[in-house]
Amino acid sequence: MKKLINEPDDVVDEMLDGMIAAYPDRLRRLPDTQVVVRDDAPVEGKVALVTGGGSGHEPTHAGYIGDGMLDGAAAGDVFSSPTADQFEELIGACDAGDGVLAIIKNYEGDVMNFETAIELAEMEGVEVESVVVDDDVAVEDSLYTSGRRGVCGTILVHKAAGAKAAQGDDLSEVKRVAEKVIENVGTMGTALTSCVTPEKGEPTFDLGDDEIELGIGIHGEPGTERTELMSADEITEALTEAVLEDLDLDTGQEVLTIVNGMGGTPQMELFVVNRRLQELLGERDVETWDAWVGDYMTSLDMAGASITVCAVDDELKELFAAPADTPALTQTQ
Amino acid sequence: MSGDGREDGATVVRAVAAVADRLEDERAYLTELDSAIGDADHGGNMARGWAAAAEAARELDDPDPQTVCKTVGKTLMAEVGGASGPLFGGSLVFASAELDDGLTPESAVAFAETYLEKVEDRGDARVGDQTMVDALTPAVHTFKKSIETDGLPPLEALAKAVDAAERGVAFTVPIRARKGRASYLGWRSVGHQDPGATSTLFILEELLATAADALGAEIPDVDATSPTIPDDGEEATDASAPDPEDD
Repeated sequence: MKKLINEPDDVVDEMLDGMIAAYPDRLRRLPDTQVVVRDDAPVEGKVALVTGGGSGHEPTHAGYIGDGMLDGAAAGDVFSSPTADQFEELIGACDAGDGVLAIIKNYEGDVMNFETAIELAEMEGVEVESVVVDDDVAVEDSLYTSGRRGVCGTILVHKAAGAKAAQGDDLSEVKRVAEKVIENVGTMGTALTSCVTPEKGEPTFDLGDDEIELGIGIHGEPGTERTELMSADEITEALTEAVLEDLDLDTGQEVLTIVNGMGGTPQMELFVVNRRLQELLGERDVETWDAWVGDYMTSLDMAGASITVCAVDDELKELFAAPADTPALTQTQ
Repeated sequence: MSGDGREDGATVVRAVAAVADRLEDERAYLTELDSAIGDADHGGNMARGWAAAAEAARELDDPDPQTVCKTVGKTLMAEVGGASGPLFGGSLVFASAELDDGLTPESAVAFAETYLEKVEDRGDARVGDQTMVDALTPAVHTFKKSIETDGLPPLEALAKAVDAAERGVAFTVPIRARKGRASYLGWRSVGHQDPGATSTLFILEELLATAADALGAEIPDVDATSPTIPDDGEEATDASAPDPEDD
């Protein structure tokens, strides 16, 4: 498969350098690491928000660094967790003395490396709390997790907790709103094609021209069900059904929705999905407060989409609507 | 355990080099074990990580045992990645805190206990989950009892710990994985020997061999099942495993 790369081993390194070159006044890379932080980190007078994980999910993770969201992020190799020493550097570079909240997607490698780094940082006197995002309703246990996987709902955790931290609230409050999002968000995705990693250069799994996978993760791991290709409306119904069943919303509940592209699907198709999603929510007396459409949490060049629904109350609405200024997400008030 | 920090530090550096050599020798075997139940990277990751750790340890200037252990742990954390980096490397960094006053029988027991505790906590695993904990737990408990209750010399205690770890590795074969990548296989994990438990045994064997060498002693011939721990029949034995004579 053709890829716009040099050497597979250099992709992450070159991507990070290119990203810094695109946002030189906003982002910087810690020397000899794959850690990107705000140019002005550590930011005095606020709780720092950090995250990280494998690369290949762009604009996650470093794309959400900036005012109102993250202070820094560690990038692992493609679909591999950053090592604990990278997370440790990240925490050290972002902590301004008001504590650090680590936002971890639920994958064994991410959790173990982050937890090790947190324990080491605590030995150095840094106050660190963590939350683990597990919004994927498709699986209880997967190839890479015990429990549910963390996927696109993570962006909403960055947004709400980031807004809370920007308002100057303390670590326990920032953590509380992060957990509130995690409790109220669900996601399910579908793949029309496999992704192709730079290393392998071939599809991670075989999928026929007339087949799709439902309940996929974000690392090319298999879905929970393989079916014949369906129409956009039918796929949207299947995904929405699964998410709503998991969330079990009250009638009239307000929600924020995300139709997220997996990297290889045009906006045109994402809007087609969003159209049917909003119809379905209307039919079920669920009220959409805000609807996001775009590539937020991708899986390299996989074609497909995920649907995220997050129940919102006044507090979450205020935090989601609060200003944010990052390379991948801008919110003005 | 000469009581001399520098001499003990040099011994630990030699032990790390021995572990690195051994894991390079066992790379294909560990890969084979891992490919049956995981993603076939354990052999390569461990060989690469310990080679880097041995290199880092060699470059230390006249270090004490604590410095060596901390350096090795940090290097493993940075080089191994995945779950093995935190489990093998992170645990070593935390356990090295027990060596403030050098290497003594007492500090070695504290070191071993902290290491086990960190692995259990980080991996959220207990005995019977088909993980490295199955090799580590009997080894650490046997070592502690041999030193603290039975008053055995450290080398004999370590030999008993290795023997116990060997039984622990055999114990992983007939049980079902409940943690780690293999747990995804459910019942299909039964019948497979855990790669992490196996590499843990290899590490312990090299520690024992290096300790015996440093003391100019033969490796003691021991059997950890008697009289050190009661044979309650819980631990499966592997007929193909070497069967040490009773002592």
